[in-house]
Amino acid sequence: MSNAAGPAETVDLAALAERHGLSRSSARPPLGGYLRELWGRRQFILSYARARTYAMYAGARLGSVWQVLTPLMNAGVYYLAFGVLLGTKNGIHNYAAFLICGMFVFTYTQRSMTEGSRALALNLSLIRTLHFPRATLPLAYVVNELNQMAVSMGILFVLVGVTDGFAWRWLLVVPALVLQTMFNLGMTLIFARIGTFVSDISQLLPFVTRTWLYASGIFFSIPDKLADLDAPGWVIHLLSLNPISAYIDLVRRALLDDHSRHALPNAWPIAAGWAVVVLAGGFVFFWRAEDRYGRG
Amino acid sequence: MAEPVPTVIADDVNIIYKVIAGQGGKGTAATAFRRILKRQDRPTIREVHAVKNVTFTAYKGDAIGVIGRNGSGKSTLLRAIAGLLPPASGAIYTGGQPSLLGVNAAMMNDLTGDRNVVLGCLAMGMSSAEIASRYDEIVEFSGIGDFIDLPMSTYSSGMAARLKFAIASAKTHDILLVDEALATGDAEFRVRSEQKIKDLRAEAGTVFLVSHSLDVVLDTCNRAIWLDKGVLRMDGDAREVVQAYTHETTANR
Repeated sequence: MSNAAGPAETVDLAALAERHGLSRSSARPPLGGYLRELWGRRQFILSYARARTYAMYAGARLGSVWQVLTPLMNAGVYYLAFGVLLGTKNGIHNYAAFLICGMFVFTYTQRSMTEGSRALALNLSLIRTLHFPRATLPLAYVVNELNQMAVSMGILFVLVGVTDGFAWRWLLVVPALVLQTMFNLGMTLIFARIGTFVSDISQLLPFVTRTWLYASGIFFSIPDKLADLDAPGWVIHLLSLNPISAYIDLVRRALLDDHSRHALPNAWPIAAGWAVVVLAGGFVFFWRAEDRYGRG
Repeated sequence: MAEPVPTVIADDVNIIYKVIAGQGGKGTAATAFRRILKRQDRPTIREVHAVKNVTFTAYKGDAIGVIGRNGSGKSTLLRAIAGLLPPASGAIYTGGQPSLLGVNAAMMNDLTGDRNVVLGCLAMGMSSAEIASRYDEIVEFSGIGDFIDLPMSTYSSGMAARLKFAIASAKTHDILLVDEALATGDAEFRVRSEQKIKDLRAEAGTVFLVSHSLDVVLDTCNRAIWLDKGVLRMDGDAREVVQAYTHETTANR
């Protein structure tokens, strides 16, 4: 009764579906509805992030002490390599704080990207079991990294507090991190989509982020370097467009005493611009493939 | 009598998906480079036409058994109804959000059963208050007992299936798709879950059940669909379809 159906019945079925208010099962929801659905799952995002942190450290003897130890040891290694062995610190007051600021801010974005690129691929079974807006998973990954970033910032506050003492401009760290988090959310959504369909990206990403690491002025001050090289004036403006450099510069401006000499031009507007553009673009980019995640 | 209300309409559905089909070539870097230079598609990727021109309409209160041999497209059809696998052509219309319950559906294995219950319910969109009030019921229904405090990686496949079924059935679904999920449970659990499916039917929901156990289909379903190599062979009263199916499989022997 069904297979021999001509086009007449096809029209009938579509009409029947419409008459009873049925919707296409694999259609993606409209953008506004998707945002509302996501907001409805905010509890899931937080619980999922917490569960992941727990699972990550469950096997380790020191448990979540690693959340503090990992950034500390990272900072130590880079200080040894660039501060002591290579002697990059020329002319920078409190080089340790300068370097660690850069490392922590960079690591926040880098980890959001690399972890995000696997956010969907590692949770395929969950995606195929339950129906929920897929963006919750990359968002939960960023919540994890934000949590780690808060711990790292605490360490940095102690370090700068001991060496230079507290100052009210520290509070500027908060808007700087808000902007960076917006940027990271966008980046994570973008790479979550790419990583789902092109798994090669997770092999490639480490090289991309490492290049980015060396270009972002983490071990040295970009203006000083350019002055040494006698570079033309527009180069500094070009390099300042790098979002990571902008976020690092904002945190350094807030925490370091003597940073105005090394500061990049227009860091606030550049940081805000990237945050808005990447978050909005990344969200729409991710949403456009919502009906295709978990396929195959 | 009023016109029956349709809940799932499949309109000339074709599903084609790409699979990575085992070994093709030697799999070394050299062969991979040659492949890229010659602009060939990956040899290991094959297209599978899993469901062919399937059309049916399911109504409120229907419990539909989907039967057929292994690889006949039963699970694929269910995943398409759930909206997880878009059809290549044709369309599937559903009222409300269908929920798919399958055997290989894992939750988070490092976490305890208890945390999985909370996470699963949150993912389905339940509120914390709702979860708190339903929690005992879910755990009780799963019959996991004290194991609820242990990580899910320590569960047997039967226990995991019980817990997943309990979580998925905590919410009232308009359309529940059950894919062999009851096969791993013990006899006692099978009785309970069959009861749950009947309750759901009574609440005017629609249930699809993929099962190789024809007795379960006869017990719980009023209607059956027989898929054969992706083609819909028969759609009708459960007893008639099962009879025709057993007739053919025994005749072929």
